[in-house]
Amino acid sequence: MNLEAVRAIYLFEMSRTFRTIWQSIVSPVISTSLYFVVFGAAIGSRIDQVEGVSYGAFIVPGLIMLSVLVQSVTNASFGIYFPKFIGTIYELLSAPASFLEITAGYVLAAATKSLMIGVIILLTAFFFVDLRIEHPLWMVSFLVLTCLSFSLFGFIIGIWAQNFEQLQLVPLLVVTPLVFLGGSFYSISMLPPVWQTITLFNPVVYLVSGFRWSFFGMSDVGLGWSLLAILAFTAICLATIWWIFRTGYRIRS
Amino acid sequence: MAPVVSVTGLVKTYASGFVALNDVSLNIEEGEILALLGPNGAGKTTLISTICGITTPSAGRVSVGGHDTIRDYRAARKLIGLVPQEINLEPFEKVLNTVRFSRGLFGKPRDDAHLERVLRQLSLWDKKDAKVIELSGGMKRRVLIAKALSHEPRVLFLDEPTAGVDVELRKDLWETVRRLKAEGVTIILTTHYIEEAEAIADRIAVISKGDILLVEEKAALMRRLGRKQMVIELQAPIDAVPEALAHHALETGPDADTLIYTYDTQRERTGITRLLNEIQAAGLQLRDVQTRQSSLEEIFVGLVQEEERG
Repeated sequence: MNLEAVRAIYLFEMSRTFRTIWQSIVSPVISTSLYFVVFGAAIGSRIDQVEGVSYGAFIVPGLIMLSVLVQSVTNASFGIYFPKFIGTIYELLSAPASFLEITAGYVLAAATKSLMIGVIILLTAFFFVDLRIEHPLWMVSFLVLTCLSFSLFGFIIGIWAQNFEQLQLVPLLVVTPLVFLGGSFYSISMLPPVWQTITLFNPVVYLVSGFRWSFFGMSDVGLGWSLLAILAFTAICLATIWWIFRTGYRIRS
Repeated sequence: MAPVVSVTGLVKTYASGFVALNDVSLNIEEGEILALLGPNGAGKTTLISTICGITTPSAGRVSVGGHDTIRDYRAARKLIGLVPQEINLEPFEKVLNTVRFSRGLFGKPRDDAHLERVLRQLSLWDKKDAKVIELSGGMKRRVLIAKALSHEPRVLFLDEPTAGVDVELRKDLWETVRRLKAEGVTIILTTHYIEEAEAIADRIAVISKGDILLVEEKAALMRRLGRKQMVIELQAPIDAVPEALAHHALETGPDADTLIYTYDTQRERTGITRLLNEIQAAGLQLRDVQTRQSSLEEIFVGLVQEEERG
């Protein structure tokens, strides 16, 4: 194992994060605070409790998931797209490092950044609402797993993208809608029966549900299904990345 | 001694069907400076990229330091430093950080003393905290070299290192190359500037349209293919080459008072004595005589043209 390479990539990427710390951290915090004001305070005051939890608190796990998913995909895709764009990828391709090591460096760095953002949003939430976390260990596990798996997904997007438009396409057109329709702001039980069934095909539902369970002990789908969904998603991403490096898809001619 | 880089039957066909390398075989000896000469699109960069692992070969094999570059890629790549043709650098990062990144990527533990030495030798030390984007083009080129040297490679590839570089930096670069050679590093460089190859290389390989046309000691190549010309200036202009001298295949120079005699230094008889005697016999008076060796550039152009005809 070339652990030095993993470390080098990780530190190099984190250095980018800290160079742009304000735009990295402040913008998600501001946008999340806006969600709290709009959905929590303005609209939420007219909504009853959802299964015994005040609406303001109910949306916290969904809001964190929303930011963490979008940030993971964006960070990881940009992290590997940028070397492709400016040409520094030659160094990665000629380095004595395996696909696993290169992926680990970029994905761990992207996941660290989204984890930081997730934690900051959680801390921000305590200012707005009365929050309890029933299963803190599960909460952290879900958060970390989500950061990792969606950073893997973002890494794939970054390799696939051939221009900046494509780079933004997936977070904008796929991830954001899936998260909004994934029960971030409502419980699936609030939907008409047909939509409840359709929603079950949205993988984000399982993430939000499991994550919300770690806060309030209630969920739309079983905890086992949530875990299975996230592990399956991670496995699919890993297999795709292995295939990419084996065939050199869009990185090695 | 076994060659440090061994390329055998290397073929690279791109997805478009373009054959960039056509059965290339080449051995590079430890500690030598090999200049890879060839026109644009000859396959120089593809050859380097394939050895370094950036491009996947279609057929053939490459070993570096005895390690196969596919099967045993870690051991092979650890030995290689690559300075690419394009200035590919992370623009917003500090110089020292980008160089440190390269060292780590190649599996070497952090060693700031070594990086300081490399940066000082390339006159980059006082720029170590500058962002890459703030540097001039020549300085960026130096950063690329520093990155390649950061992990102490045994084989260094320089792809067109002096393209668009001023005279001062070019001299510095050759100084660096000579020092590395003295330290035992094998150097492979590509260039269009033939005088560079002439000045610095031990051996020269000429590549054109994906084929290696020749690999030879520079001096031997110059001797073998080097033609010499004798330029004879006459006291008075002449209308035509006198009949008596016709069998020497003389050319007249741009002025009517010069004759040019081309001869091969490898021949047993160069014909100079006879020519001079016959010029005297024809009653022509000499003002000056000078000889010049054809440059590597002329040799190179001749070779490529020959290949195109053949």
